[in-house]
Amino acid sequence: MGIAVRAAIGVLLLTVTSAQAWEPTKPIEIIVPFPPGGASDQMARTIQGAIQKGNLVKQPIIIVNKPAAAGGEAMLDIQKSAGDPHKLITTSSGIYMTPLATKLPVSWKDFTPVAMMAQDAFVLWVNAAKPYKTAQDFIEAAKTAAPPLKTGGNGSKREDHLISVTMEQATGTKITYVPYQGGGPASVQLAGGHIDANMNNPAEEIANWRSGSVKPLCVFSPKPMEYTQKVTADMAWSDIPTCPSQGVNVTYQMLRGMFMPGKVTPEQQAFYVDLFQKVSQTPEWKAYLERNALVPDFRAGQSFVDFLTEDERKHKDLMTKAGFIATN
Amino acid sequence: MDDLNQLLLGFQVALTWHNVLFMVVGVLLGIVVGVLPGLGGPNGVAILLPLTFGMDPTSAIILLSSIYWGALFGGAITSILFNIPGEAWSVATTFDGYPLAQQGRAGEALTAAFTASFIGALSGVVLITFVAPLVAKFALRFGPAEFFGVFFLTFCSFIGMGRENKAKIVASLALGFLLAAVGLDTISGDLRLTFGAPELMKGFDFLVVVIGLFGVSEILLTIEEGLHFKGKRAAIDLGVVLRTWAGLPRYWATLIRSSVVGMWMGVTPGGAIAASFMGYGLAKRFSRRPDAFGRGEIEGVLAPETAAHAAGTSALLPMLALGIPGSATAAVLLGGLMIWGLQPGPMLFIEKKEFVWGLIASMYLGNLAGLLIVLATVPVFAAIMRIPFALVAPIILVVCAIGAFTVESSRFDIWLMLIFGVVGYVFKKLDYPLAPLVLALVLGDRAEDAFRQALLGSGGDLSVFFSNALVSSLMILGLLLLVWGPLGDLRQRLTRRGGNDQPPREIAGSGAS
Repeated sequence: MGIAVRAAIGVLLLTVTSAQAWEPTKPIEIIVPFPPGGASDQMARTIQGAIQKGNLVKQPIIIVNKPAAAGGEAMLDIQKSAGDPHKLITTSSGIYMTPLATKLPVSWKDFTPVAMMAQDAFVLWVNAAKPYKTAQDFIEAAKTAAPPLKTGGNGSKREDHLISVTMEQATGTKITYVPYQGGGPASVQLAGGHIDANMNNPAEEIANWRSGSVKPLCVFSPKPMEYTQKVTADMAWSDIPTCPSQGVNVTYQMLRGMFMPGKVTPEQQAFYVDLFQKVSQTPEWKAYLERNALVPDFRAGQSFVDFLTEDERKHKDLMTKAGFIATN
Repeated sequence: MDDLNQLLLGFQVALTWHNVLFMVVGVLLGIVVGVLPGLGGPNGVAILLPLTFGMDPTSAIILLSSIYWGALFGGAITSILFNIPGEAWSVATTFDGYPLAQQGRAGEALTAAFTASFIGALSGVVLITFVAPLVAKFALRFGPAEFFGVFFLTFCSFIGMGRENKAKIVASLALGFLLAAVGLDTISGDLRLTFGAPELMKGFDFLVVVIGLFGVSEILLTIEEGLHFKGKRAAIDLGVVLRTWAGLPRYWATLIRSSVVGMWMGVTPGGAIAASFMGYGLAKRFSRRPDAFGRGEIEGVLAPETAAHAAGTSALLPMLALGIPGSATAAVLLGGLMIWGLQPGPMLFIEKKEFVWGLIASMYLGNLAGLLIVLATVPVFAAIMRIPFALVAPIILVVCAIGAFTVESSRFDIWLMLIFGVVGYVFKKLDYPLAPLVLALVLGDRAEDAFRQALLGSGGDLSVFFSNALVSSLMILGLLLLVWGPLGDLRQRLTRRGGNDQPPREIAGSGAS
């Protein structure tokens, strides 16, 4: 009898909610424009875990990795899926950078912004055996080094390459950027002393920092990170000075957010905004933020669109100055 | 000895009932993942990762690493039976495994492959057990120049011994490099050779090409020859396992050589794919009967399988000790570790002892469980060869198509697979070797990246490839292997002619390719 009652209530609830709002009717696909194991993939899988654990959606969540062409393939896929409310894509700054750098005919304005989940900071890391104590030491060394000092990172015309070039221009130095395939290899190359510095996200270097093979000089953010728990014996994320305070006037942060294809209804969009709002409150998500030293910054609706517009303008500006805009 | 005590503790953790159960389930799932081309280890592990979020980390990693073992074992099955490599590292296994199956010796080939896998994996685990932190540090010495050295050595060891027409090898290799260049270029960040077609943006996926070149072309050939499998009369009983084992000690040198190559390639993220090709190339070079290779030589199955597994297992070492994934699957496992709140890296061995040693113990047990499970299935898989080809062929074709589709969820890839099936058919008809094409496709991109990264760092100075002992020895070893084969042939020809046998001066060509 209990079951029958519960079922009846369930049916009642279902009819009530469906009268008011849209709900997914088939499995939801989250497209990750990067390979399995990377930072975006981890974010998607954390969200998947949080949704499943909290039973926030009745439909299953499927994660599909489409890493080709620095995420360009995934963006084209979303562009073609206009009107499909069962598809989402995780985004980083690549959402403006890839189209600008490759001339792919795609823009975030073709998509429906859902929510910004967080921002990722970038840190200037050097090998711990090097004598540089501050960012200024590093810049001084870069000014006189011949051949030029080497930085390495994610890939050509990507976020950290942009930082490297902007840093060169801001400080009047000459630095060679060696593109590797991702922050992981760049981290290893720095620990092995094959490059002089990298501009990795906190999560990409935490292991090597704790083991004492690399050290942070400054964070490319307007204010220090807020995590005060000690990561190494004597330092927390919050102890890393900002680059501007060290005389390197370069700031850069990367958004981590969620988009839907274009031409979905406002109800469908509202459903996902609400869903990610709930996700951002789960303990799994909060643990994920702290583990990766992400900057919590949940935005949806107009404030998200304003952020995107301003952020795209900033990227266009930086990329033009750096000479990253595709010309052919 | 402290380590041994830790390992015993690890066995206690791994041998609990539910962990053994996870091991068996993981191996079985892994075999399925390995058998289905395209699904692949990384995808298999990634799909199952969310299921483990609620589990305790030790059980979770035991389940996932067992899937990895299973996939390593499973990849050999379709390579041998149908000439379709389920995983990239099984390509070299097809060279001799498939001819063996055609001769009705599928049982032998499968047993040899599984046993070799086990031996390779075991040597990898022993390496991890005893020298983990020491060896892991070695990987740090690999900069772009050293990486290029490894790829260069792989190309040289594989090509130097090619018995086919050299011009045909070069043609096949060049086509492979060309295909590898399509897509996004890491160094410049630009799209290359895509002609504005979005389908070409992601480049040619190795598995799609391989499924076509090997699997589909084989079906075409078999159809031409009259729709029957040659290997129908396979003797099918478990006795074949024992008979094959009795013959294995003869190949001790190959097994040891491949294990060493594999362990080295796994630790220095050269990877299982490069290791399998190099293992095969070296075995052929050092064999007393190099001409028997490619026509059904047991040694040709043992060598790549041992090397691939030694590499696949050792690849977990840099992941645990340094947080560097040595393979795609290791990269997914790395993501998993972080989600469970474990930070891979040197601190892991100090802070999470029971986890690390539980995992290492489970590597021993998981591989043993894997070996027992796959050996028991040898007769089952060998029996597939008895099914009439007219029934099996469409099924294989469908599995191939699903495999090609799964890689990137792209319908275009199915067409691509069929096109490469025809290419493979033409290659075989005209007697062009497929292996150099595949090798160049897999490693060409990475070799090019490493080459250009090294030159970026050195400001265009080629001497960077001879700038320290490590990279110099890699390059010189590669050049030696490259000229060894042709020189040996030349000397043989000269002595046969009884003429003046002064060998020509070696010309050390540049490493550019």
